[in-house]
Amino acid sequence: MKDIILKAENISKQYRLGTVGTGTLSHDLNRWWHAIRGKEDPYLKVGETNDRSSKGNSDYVWALQDINFEVNRGEVLGIIGKNGAGKSTLLKILSKVTAPTTGVIKSRGRIASLLEVGTGFNPELTGRENIYLNGAILGMTKKEITSKLDEIIAFSGCERYIDTPTKRYSSGMTVRLAFAVAAFLEPEILVVDEVLAVGDAEFQKKAIGKMQDISKSEGRTVLFVSHNMAAVRSLCTKGMLIENGKTVFFGDIDETIDLYLKSSIFSFNSNNYIEFEEKEAPIQISKFEVSSLNLKGERSNSSGVLMGNILEFSIFVLAKQMYNNLKASIIISTASGTRIAAIRSHEITDFVFDSKGDFVFKATASDLKLMPGDYVVTIALAENNTTIDIKEECLGFTVVPNDVYGTGRIPKGNLYVYSDAKWELNQK
Amino acid sequence: MNKTEFSEEEWLFEIAPKDKFFSLNLKEVWRYRDLLMLFVKRDVVTVYKQTILGPLWYLIQPLFTSVIFTIIFNNVAGIKTGETPAFLFNLGGVMVWNYFTSCLNDTSDTFKKNASIFGKVYFPRLIVPLSIVMSNLVKFGIQFLIFIAFYIYYFMIGKVTFQFTTATLFFPILVAIMGILGLGLGMIISSLVTKYRDLSFLVGFGVQLLMYVSAVMYPMVLLKEKLPTFGWLIEYNPLAYVIETARYMLLNEGSISVSGLLYTVVVTIVVFFVGLLIFNKTEKSFIDTV
Repeated sequence: MKDIILKAENISKQYRLGTVGTGTLSHDLNRWWHAIRGKEDPYLKVGETNDRSSKGNSDYVWALQDINFEVNRGEVLGIIGKNGAGKSTLLKILSKVTAPTTGVIKSRGRIASLLEVGTGFNPELTGRENIYLNGAILGMTKKEITSKLDEIIAFSGCERYIDTPTKRYSSGMTVRLAFAVAAFLEPEILVVDEVLAVGDAEFQKKAIGKMQDISKSEGRTVLFVSHNMAAVRSLCTKGMLIENGKTVFFGDIDETIDLYLKSSIFSFNSNNYIEFEEKEAPIQISKFEVSSLNLKGERSNSSGVLMGNILEFSIFVLAKQMYNNLKASIIISTASGTRIAAIRSHEITDFVFDSKGDFVFKATASDLKLMPGDYVVTIALAENNTTIDIKEECLGFTVVPNDVYGTGRIPKGNLYVYSDAKWELNQK
Repeated sequence: MNKTEFSEEEWLFEIAPKDKFFSLNLKEVWRYRDLLMLFVKRDVVTVYKQTILGPLWYLIQPLFTSVIFTIIFNNVAGIKTGETPAFLFNLGGVMVWNYFTSCLNDTSDTFKKNASIFGKVYFPRLIVPLSIVMSNLVKFGIQFLIFIAFYIYYFMIGKVTFQFTTATLFFPILVAIMGILGLGLGMIISSLVTKYRDLSFLVGFGVQLLMYVSAVMYPMVLLKEKLPTFGWLIEYNPLAYVIETARYMLLNEGSISVSGLLYTVVVTIVVFFVGLLIFNKTEKSFIDTV
């Protein structure tokens, strides 16, 4: 028999866009007038699917729409999706920070949330006092905290500073202390949102380990939101993919992650270029193209890049005025978001625009040896230190396997780069 | 999803869009009592950290206000304060009035000021205004001590005669009324401010104006005598009764009106429950509008 600890039924959340101003009062009055006459809220019917990039007609959007799921005791559910997909809204509803517009969440256990570590830390208080304050905010009693105080301090690794006001702490230390408090919470359900983004590698490892302990050995349920697919994959047992406020997939974590990577903003293997909408800016990126040249110098225009081919990136820029000292950057990341290479024009050369019009920044990266897999590119244009235009993860390309060494043995493994190093064997 | 299954299931709690009309979860507030105490401690301890005078600031403000009042209202304008020295008269009024205004002012931006905490973690929101009222009580206690010190001083030099009546015993109840009234009004305002920021401006100067019709620096009878047409302003002001009665209890100065006090108690209870109601309704979704 399944032991369901948490169940969400038809959870929806509506938000009003734009600013809250005089219009609010008239909407409120209208809503109240409908309520008096026993009618339905007139604004619940309107509202559009939450697609961040496209302009809508309605002032109301559904940040979440009909979310249904069940979580069993001891499961770790990873919730993934793009920025603005509704993940954090869902966590906010789960942790009772805000109420859903419709639907119901039923729970058999206490929920504690860790939406951002260090909530309620007072910089004037010492580390020890903040442990008490933060612990109490998260729902612990003073007695509980006292009994775990030594463990918390040890886990944080801040013994020396424990009686110093936290305003003297480095940001990393604050996070360590805050996570330590949260890690010793004992709710049946723990909600965690992107806490691992800060802190050094050692601490991240410690934090993930602690979360694994919580779910595996203590049998508690964890809901985890992160963009770090590696962390999600190693922690979670189940996954939920949210897109534009709707559940797209619910099930096995590996399947969820694969689906997410495939459904990302760009689609692989379709176009090798992307054109951007024209704005009224004095300068903007108008088009970006990825192509590859084979060893004979022939250009292949499919976005499938044969391993070993030379990558060529072209950033088309439309300038309506003259510029000095422009910088173009190309950042190549894996589909899961790990950055692996940055190609920055200003580190290599200086460009001066002495006239207006169309320009192309072209970068030929003959020494970037990528392993087969999906990659995404972020491009940015800057003048001196100000970013003028940035297109995040705007285009993807796929590197397909190839016999690059000419040995008939294709390099394998879940890796990002390879090298055609020269091997020698000498006897001494 | 199997829909037939859940009807037989028992759930610890549910999160739903709207609760019943009035659902005050006192049990939950009790569970978070340690947090309440920690908030009080934080407020009292941290306010004057890294200041030279520290908690002395709690005393400087009422003392200076009373001195200024004495100079302007009693020496310049010539308001009579009966048997009691004007300074002590003013100090008593200012002290009680301060407790009310600090409760009101501090609770009225509960949601705005704590939006960053409230947006990330759930605990009964009521804890915050409650802690404000309690930490202000500590502040009031310190100010009360200085009042007693001056009382003793005036007693020594023979300016006041010591009269301890049974009425004095009810002084804590009066303070409680003042606190609850401030809390209730503060909760109403803090809830409305989340949507309509206009109110926070109104409160800013409204409280200042209110002081002039609350018998803080003059006896209640004086206004009724001098401005009979505006006498209702003070008769319907529950704060005026509290301050007048407080002075009667402490200094045996002025009058005590049973009907006035009853009226005050009723107003306080109504305001407090309306405040609770609105506050409860707001806390569920204020984070979307604040």
